[in-house]
Amino acid sequence: MSRLVRTISACKHSIIPFSPSRIYQSQHTRSHHQAITCLSDEEIMLRDTVSRFAVDKIRPLVKQMDDESHMAQSVRDGLFETGLMGIEIPEKFGGTAATFFSSIIVIEELAKVDPSVSVFCDVQNTLINNYFLRFASEHLREKFLPRLSRDLVGSFCLSEADCGSDAFALKTRADKKGDTYVLNGSKAWITNAEHAGLFLVMANVDFSKRYKGITCFVVEKDTPGLSIGKKEDKLGIRASSTCTVTLDDVKIPETNVLGDVGRGYKYAIDTLNEGRIGIGAQMIGLAQGAFDNTIPYLHERKAFGSPIADFQSMQHQRAEVAINIEAARLLTYNAARLKEANLPFIKEAAMAKYFSSVVAANTTSKCVEWLGGIGFTKDFPVEKFYRDCKIGAIYEGTSNIQLNTIAKILDTNYKA
Amino acid sequence: MSRRILVGCKRVIDYAVKIRVKPDKTGVVTEGVKHSMNPFDEIALEEAIRLKEKKIASEIVVVSCGPSQCQETLRTALAMGADRGIHVEVPNPEYEGLQPLAVARILQRLSEREKIDIVILGKQAIDDDCNQTGQILSGMLDWPIGTFVSKVEVEGERINLTREIDGGLEEISVGIPCVITADLRLNEPRYATLPNIMKAKKKKLDVCKPGDLGVDITPRLIVVSVEEPPVREAGVKVEDAQSLFDVLKKEGHFN
Repeated sequence: MSRLVRTISACKHSIIPFSPSRIYQSQHTRSHHQAITCLSDEEIMLRDTVSRFAVDKIRPLVKQMDDESHMAQSVRDGLFETGLMGIEIPEKFGGTAATFFSSIIVIEELAKVDPSVSVFCDVQNTLINNYFLRFASEHLREKFLPRLSRDLVGSFCLSEADCGSDAFALKTRADKKGDTYVLNGSKAWITNAEHAGLFLVMANVDFSKRYKGITCFVVEKDTPGLSIGKKEDKLGIRASSTCTVTLDDVKIPETNVLGDVGRGYKYAIDTLNEGRIGIGAQMIGLAQGAFDNTIPYLHERKAFGSPIADFQSMQHQRAEVAINIEAARLLTYNAARLKEANLPFIKEAAMAKYFSSVVAANTTSKCVEWLGGIGFTKDFPVEKFYRDCKIGAIYEGTSNIQLNTIAKILDTNYKA
Repeated sequence: MSRRILVGCKRVIDYAVKIRVKPDKTGVVTEGVKHSMNPFDEIALEEAIRLKEKKIASEIVVVSCGPSQCQETLRTALAMGADRGIHVEVPNPEYEGLQPLAVARILQRLSEREKIDIVILGKQAIDDDCNQTGQILSGMLDWPIGTFVSKVEVEGERINLTREIDGGLEEISVGIPCVITADLRLNEPRYATLPNIMKAKKKKLDVCKPGDLGVDITPRLIVVSVEEPPVREAGVKVEDAQSLFDVLKKEGHFN
């Protein structure tokens, strides 16, 4: 059985042994076993820095941003200045030069305070930057990665009004005229569109080839013909903008094709598989944030002469919720570690995303209940987590799509 | 200017953690508790970084005394902008008995060895609240000191310091070399950005022992008992000023 080891620099227990069949094996000595939740020194420092940034710079604005459905400029600037928008971008392009797992930690920490800010950061790192790092020409990398690290927000434009889960039925077209492409169509539910300076637009260059005509184009905000529609008035993650993006005879030089013509569907599948781990991280952060904002109150609030936390029914309920958060975190971290170890992770990513969204929904629902009346008011941060979590079962692949993916991969092991 | 600044970075229990006394009353629970850099030391480091940015200093050396986890604190300092770190290794249980006198002696030896021009320390650590190390160090080095400093202005070979004292501010001028201890309002420390955290691992971090510096860290004070502060008791309502006076008099608050 072949083994693959992952080395974490600066960590005392530095090697995780894996086998492809997921049986944990001892590499040399016992000290090489490492808990999935064991973070390296750097990962701990990243986490603590992000946590502090979130508490100091984001938390005071969370309610206002939710009420106004607007992400504060100071938060957007702060994310760039702290290096949170170019986590995996190499140093030569001005990025943080950290790992995918670091992105997961960052997304989780931000979500503990504000899941809207978390997804703003998540899309940039796990989708936009990832596209440039993995598939873009050197020309496009050199042109955009330094800006994506510094001040450029990117938006990922795949979904359309009539195609979400069946994304590759998209109708946006790209017609080649000489050395330019002319894009026409309309994209829906586009995260970060309000503040984006760059759009990765999936369009079909040849509908006769069906999904194999789908191609990814880099479109800058000031390109004539590109317009951003009104912001959706949403249930949750309200500070994160979601808009329609319309392309009306948008002319794009062929050098702005990201990767190869006709490979857009492949890039999207690959990237969204990783993106799901990011959403898993957002959901566990969200659940933890709601939990942390609830439990202290249970120890203060008295009923029938004792803190309500002391009642056994409350003890058992919160213990069960804590187990589920822990389980979701383990699934998410393990999917991320598998991805970093270049091992198959698609099923695990789908499991992490699905389960974390279920756990987030259940945790926030319980937290509102435990807080009673105040949990139902906007004076307490928990009702917002309750609204924010719902998106977890919808975007980057609905829960049904995750279950399809998991079943499909499972079946390959059992079908004759 | 090729001045070199030494900054002390103590690893303490995080300010947000609820402190618990050990059942045997020998100290407080530190295991499994979040630690971070002493906030006053962060302010001291921030001031050092600003002096370097103004080209008043050329190198910042950070030092931390304690168990191996102190290296995490030093990495944070390096990520904020210090140039190199020195970890003076004092493992537990010796570390529990490490007192300001010994720390000052360590800092004195390091200041001499590293040819330090300015030492900046936090005015005190938030764990033991000793407020002694800077003062003792100044005596050992025979350097001038400004304590509780809220403003630092370098003018040639002198530094103008504003000190926060009872009832106002005091302005003093000290020559270099000197010791400065930072108060809360000196500055607002920066965050270590993620790229700088990644770069910090490439910076130099030396490890030595107190013995290597010829310092005896045997404690001179013995901790007899560490107790929880008394729980605040509920107050009582009184009818009028006269009964308030009577109660206070009875409790012995008036003679």
